Amino acid sequence: MRLIAENLGGERGGEMIFSGINFALEKGQALIVTGPNGAGKSTLLRVVAGLLPVAAGRLLLEGGGEDFPSVASACHYLGHQNAMKTALSVAENLRFWRDFLGADFLSAEEALETVGLDGVGHLPFGYLSTGQRRRAAIAKLLVSRRPLWLLDEPTAGLDKASEERFGGVMRKHLEVGGIVVAATHLPLELGEAKELRMGEAA
Amino acid sequence: MWSLFLRDIRLSIRAGGGALTGVIFFLAVIATIPFGVGPDLNLLARIGPAILWIGALLACLLGLDRLFQADREDGSLDLLVLGDDRQMLALTVLTKCLAHWAGSVLPLVIAAPLLGLFMNMEPIGIGATALTLLVGTPAITFIGAAGAAVAVALPRGGLLISVLVLPLTIPVLIFGVSASYGAVANPDPFLQPFLILAALTLFLAVLGPVAAALALRHGAD
Repeated sequence: MRLIAENLGGERGGEMIFSGINFALEKGQALIVTGPNGAGKSTLLRVVAGLLPVAAGRLLLEGGGEDFPSVASACHYLGHQNAMKTALSVAENLRFWRDFLGADFLSAEEALETVGLDGVGHLPFGYLSTGQRRRAAIAKLLVSRRPLWLLDEPTAGLDKASEERFGGVMRKHLEVGGIVVAATHLPLELGEAKELRMGEAA
Repeated sequence: MWSLFLRDIRLSIRAGGGALTGVIFFLAVIATIPFGVGPDLNLLARIGPAILWIGALLACLLGLDRLFQADREDGSLDLLVLGDDRQMLALTVLTKCLAHWAGSVLPLVIAAPLLGLFMNMEPIGIGATALTLLVGTPAITFIGAAGAAVAVALPRGGLLISVLVLPLTIPVLIFGVSASYGAVANPDPFLQPFLILAALTLFLAVLGPVAAALALRHGAD
């Protein structure tokens, strides 16, 4: 599986935010997108996910097969918001996404254990702290199998230990042939990764 | 899809859901009418079906703005839109509409017979009105979904949705009320307007979610 962007451009509200982005990612490779605020990191991720139209250039996913014909079907998108309902319990939230997204992977309980949140599954999501909410959202990546992870500031609000634990989760995902694209200001514990700097005269 | 239905039903029942708001609004509208119109029992009985329908229509519109906005605010909407390849977005919207109807509008239909008593309606008239509401209100939700999808990005979209949706619900209101009258007033037919009402609901069950899905897909930012 290969994710390729050629001369990719994205716009928001009719204004070009970025253009001329090139990258090609093979199985097991990660791309870290860095740059100052407003450089277009989130917009790039939304364009790659297919939530915003491609304004220029091309974006394609090769070798996805029948299961993953398009980027949207192959990706987990973790945005700024956690996409969890505060009135439902953590486990109910995860079970819903597991059913809805299909391609079952870990159960809700196993996923929570992986991010170090075992024992809080029965609590309403709204009771959790910011960091715990983020970890529950990361557990969402684990309940359903997707080769491509698009992560927007995934470690925002996490403490040091959780960052390391999340680094381990991502490395494991890469080992089994996944692809990670992460926009971040903070260093991620990813090991080897390509880097894309945005918003600077390249 | 079933899990989405269950999730939305749970959300409408738990704290912060809109299940009761609509019923209380409906009750408030119907309970004030006799004070405004006066204690003429015959007049109340005559306008009863129309008042029940108008009250239910307005109460339906009340909760519509939260249909997609709540999902948009916490980021779920992005994932629902991205799931288009596995779960067709129009079906996702249809499921959300059905859950919204079962959670927020069905209580109105159940409350309607009781409120019919306030209007001094005959038992058969009450039954006919409740039946037409049961068949007709899903159509309002389906039209409303298209309006809610268009206005999802606006911070105070509730009023805009009502203004957008209200003209489109007029046919539903006309046939709903005329079928309700048909059951009590003798020369008027019941079956024909009732069947047209059912046809409207089925037609909008297809058109509404498709239109809403289109709006959601292109309204993302």
